[in-house]
Amino acid sequence: MSVFNQPRRRVIQLIILGMVSIIIVRLFFLQVVEKKYAKLADANAVLRKVVYPSRGIIYDRKGRAILSNDVLYDLVVTPRSVKNIDTAYLCTILKIDKEEFKKKIADCIKKNGPVRQSVFSSLLQADIYGQLQESMYLFQPGFELIPRQIRSYPYSAAANILGYIAEISPTMLKDSNYASYNSGDYLGMTGLEKTYESVLMGQRGIQYLVKDNLNRPQGPYENGEFDSAAIAGKNLRLSLDIELQAFGEQMMHGKIGSIVAIDPQDGGILAMVSGPSFDPNLLTGSYRSANFNKLYLDTTLPLFNRAIQAQYPPGSTFKPMIGLVGLDEGVITPSTGYPCYGAYLGCSRPIKCEHHDPGHAANFRLALAHSCNAYFSNVYRLCVDAPKWGGIRVGGMQKWAEYMNNFGFGHKIGIDIPSERPGRIPDKKYYDAKYKGSWNSCTSVFLGIGQGEVETTPLQMANAMCIVSNRGSFFVPHFVKSIDNDDTHLLDKYKQRHVVAHISDEAYDAVIKGMTDVVESGTGRVAQIEGITIGGKTGTAENYAIVDGKRTKMPNHAQFVAFAPAENPKIAVCVIVERSGFGAKYAAPIASLMIEKYLKDTIAAKRQAMLKTVMETVTIPDAMRSRSKLDSLNGTVIKKRL
Amino acid sequence: MNRSQTKLTQGIDWPIVGLYLALVIVGLMSIFAAEYRGDDNVWQNIIHLNKNYARQLMWFGISTVLASVIWLTDSKFFTATANLLYAGGILLLLLVLGIGKDVKGSHSWLVLGGFQFQPAELTKLCTNLALAKYLSSQETDFTKLRSRLIAAAIAVVPAGIIILQSETGLALVYFSFFLVMYREGLPGVLLVIAFSAIVLVLSALLVDNKVLFIIFTVITALVIYFSRREIKRNKSRLLLIVAIYGFCALFVMFVVPFTFTKVLKDYQVRRIEVMLGKENDPKATYNTRQSMIAIGSGGFWGKGYLKGTQTRYDFVPEQSTDFIFCTIGEDFGFFGSIIFIGIYVALLFRVIHVAERQRSTFTRVYAYGVASIVFFHVAINISMTIGLAPVIGIPLPLVSYGGSSLFSFTMLIFILLRLDADRQMVLR
Repeated sequence: MSVFNQPRRRVIQLIILGMVSIIIVRLFFLQVVEKKYAKLADANAVLRKVVYPSRGIIYDRKGRAILSNDVLYDLVVTPRSVKNIDTAYLCTILKIDKEEFKKKIADCIKKNGPVRQSVFSSLLQADIYGQLQESMYLFQPGFELIPRQIRSYPYSAAANILGYIAEISPTMLKDSNYASYNSGDYLGMTGLEKTYESVLMGQRGIQYLVKDNLNRPQGPYENGEFDSAAIAGKNLRLSLDIELQAFGEQMMHGKIGSIVAIDPQDGGILAMVSGPSFDPNLLTGSYRSANFNKLYLDTTLPLFNRAIQAQYPPGSTFKPMIGLVGLDEGVITPSTGYPCYGAYLGCSRPIKCEHHDPGHAANFRLALAHSCNAYFSNVYRLCVDAPKWGGIRVGGMQKWAEYMNNFGFGHKIGIDIPSERPGRIPDKKYYDAKYKGSWNSCTSVFLGIGQGEVETTPLQMANAMCIVSNRGSFFVPHFVKSIDNDDTHLLDKYKQRHVVAHISDEAYDAVIKGMTDVVESGTGRVAQIEGITIGGKTGTAENYAIVDGKRTKMPNHAQFVAFAPAENPKIAVCVIVERSGFGAKYAAPIASLMIEKYLKDTIAAKRQAMLKTVMETVTIPDAMRSRSKLDSLNGTVIKKRL
Repeated sequence: MNRSQTKLTQGIDWPIVGLYLALVIVGLMSIFAAEYRGDDNVWQNIIHLNKNYARQLMWFGISTVLASVIWLTDSKFFTATANLLYAGGILLLLLVLGIGKDVKGSHSWLVLGGFQFQPAELTKLCTNLALAKYLSSQETDFTKLRSRLIAAAIAVVPAGIIILQSETGLALVYFSFFLVMYREGLPGVLLVIAFSAIVLVLSALLVDNKVLFIIFTVITALVIYFSRREIKRNKSRLLLIVAIYGFCALFVMFVVPFTFTKVLKDYQVRRIEVMLGKENDPKATYNTRQSMIAIGSGGFWGKGYLKGTQTRYDFVPEQSTDFIFCTIGEDFGFFGSIIFIGIYVALLFRVIHVAERQRSTFTRVYAYGVASIVFFHVAINISMTIGLAPVIGIPLPLVSYGGSSLFSFTMLIFILLRLDADRQMVLR
């Protein structure tokens, strides 16, 4: 039988070999021919993890950190590891009920599955974190606290300057400018955070981790050979004086308007207040989006940076520049006077002046000190109608606009925070379009007293004061003085001195003398500070608003521009307080107090009363104020930080 | 010849022992590779038995004891107790049906003092012994249909009980005994029929049965046309052709759909459909896909021992049991896989060689039984990891993690060695 069946042994051996060869052929295709499996294996097993560097810190001019990083904690949960914990106690700490707890766990499982970590509660408030950390051992290993960096503003000031960071939006993600960002990344949205994003963000590191089938990291891939370390963002050092800034914000409390203070010697901005201000800490942490909506909808528009975005007719504060053009063009000399009896009568409609005695405009210096409307209307007309330009509609208007553009008006100055507005200097084209070619110097005579079609921003006015006090030169106003370990060219344009129109020193001397007289004996006497010569100019810009479809006269915007000390200027200021009447009433004291604070560091005892009055004054109209929740909103931050 | 006076290892077939050890060691290495993480304290794990490789090492230790005991047992013991063991095995299987424990959906485990044990693994051995005993007995005439039916019953009864335990994969193994029966004289045409049946089932699953019905009809018509002269001579030929046609049609139209909807479980249907490429459910294909990624990513030379990313990080499910071949494929590549499969082929050919040198029918049948079982396990297991067969949970002999499996294959092989060592003794 065994002999008979010998061939069957061969058949069985052949069956075995046949099966084995099928397997080997298949293996050959799988392992040698097909290359996709190696790629699939890498995608399966390597996790690319972005390591976020800490963002750069921003310091003020005295080295105080005004925007730094704070650590808040996320409570994360691994649903499967949650076992035998006192749920009720955890709910009490987190101030949620059991239903919500269950729902949150279910959400986590839905999002990331039961074995991976999900955020259970993000950016815990300080009190909750405190309690939780003490009893964390009760909830482990299911729950864990994970630190997360957030931005923090220790001085609660300079919100609009510093800006804030937020998660990148879907539209930005599609933009090729943001190609290096991933969804979920945070980046600077406004202010310095936005302008200096590339410097502050640092360099993100990449860590390759081996992961398992549930995407859980298991350790470094190839011993970290392909990893790159995160490099912390660079720190910024500002010219801003945070104490002065906070002081300005306090004075602007209850007022709408702004303060801009610049160091004329290098263009560094010392303070930039937009009133009313908000606490920048409102836009960090877990309440960011809710707070943002509240701020965005508030009647006082706190997110609107009035210092660079609001455009006002400059009013009488424009007169120093009108005078400079006149002096430079030679249409007047410092000794030129004008017979004003209370109004300018050169055009069909009289332009009223505050003063009636003819002596008040006997020369340039007196006219500026008394802010004579007639005098400067006349100077304006003499300039634009000057025969050497062939009359206003040939070259006069254009030449005048050119002067103004040189003074930094009518275009963006180029400050290092975004959203600056250009203001407006009307030129020949503007009037040609508006009056269809039939216009003359009387049409635009109001420009001579800073009214009419001209509009400037507070920043531009402060910058103009730098030009006047420097006798014809300026640096582009900016916040950032230096960047630590700087290898960029971002600051180059702020290191360059710009010379304006080569106006003679004599002309500047006349203007400066006139402006010191304003404070010494003219309209701005309230701004006097003992021992400091201040050059200043009051202004009252007319304010019209559309009420019930009609153009209605509203309370005027008070303005004051100044620089000090006049001999060696260290600070140039522009203050605007909306709807507060005559410039000397609130704007001049605020400017004066800013100067005193900056130059003397303290407010003299005898001026404390004035400071108190300024602080307590509220000029926001009741209608706007009663609906504003800004004050209570700012109050919430203090509670949160405790 | 007095055995006590000769060397203890007298007559042992060293090549089989060597191949056995090679496979067990490769198995231990692979289980270790599947579980090892860079920072593991290996000795600690071995001492505390908290890793599969540690436990497998322990089971290997027990296996050597088991092998020694078998070696020291008189070979007559196995022939004498074959039927008893078979009866015991069947009883054990029935017992599991009653008091067994569910592990991963199969009701086939017994719990003995903390350790789980799968009797279905052991009954392979009992069945093999019983089959050998029956085919070698003087009364059996394997040319008779009755004997063939009894032999088939010996193999199929335990398979039936195991199917009831929802361990279909292990039950299928019992069909490997038909290879043994073929060797002992089952007509070759049965192999052809079995092969045709497989083709029939596959075509029934892959092709719409109406189309298949038309194809069958056309083929039958052609066959009748071309063999019309023969049919004239012999009318019964026509009857045969029509009967085959009728059977095929019935099978395709009713038996296969019925089996799929009523007999097989949902997951089994899905696995078969996935294997045939009919379904692309990512969940159902996950195991096979991950396993193919792991093996495919090994390339020609492999990633190197302990360098595999797929098998070490749990991408492949059941990677130390049913999918252990993935570790070998990934770490050692095509080259290593061929050598690994070569070890099995060498073992199978050696066992067949040993079988054919026996004078005793019992030992020969037993040896072919061992070869068939091992072959079936290896072929199905590897095919399933590379997407050639549906996912059937059967282990790779001597390599996969698991005490029951290691014990049963150790005993299968060492009983063969014992019987082979005594081949010079009188014909049984």
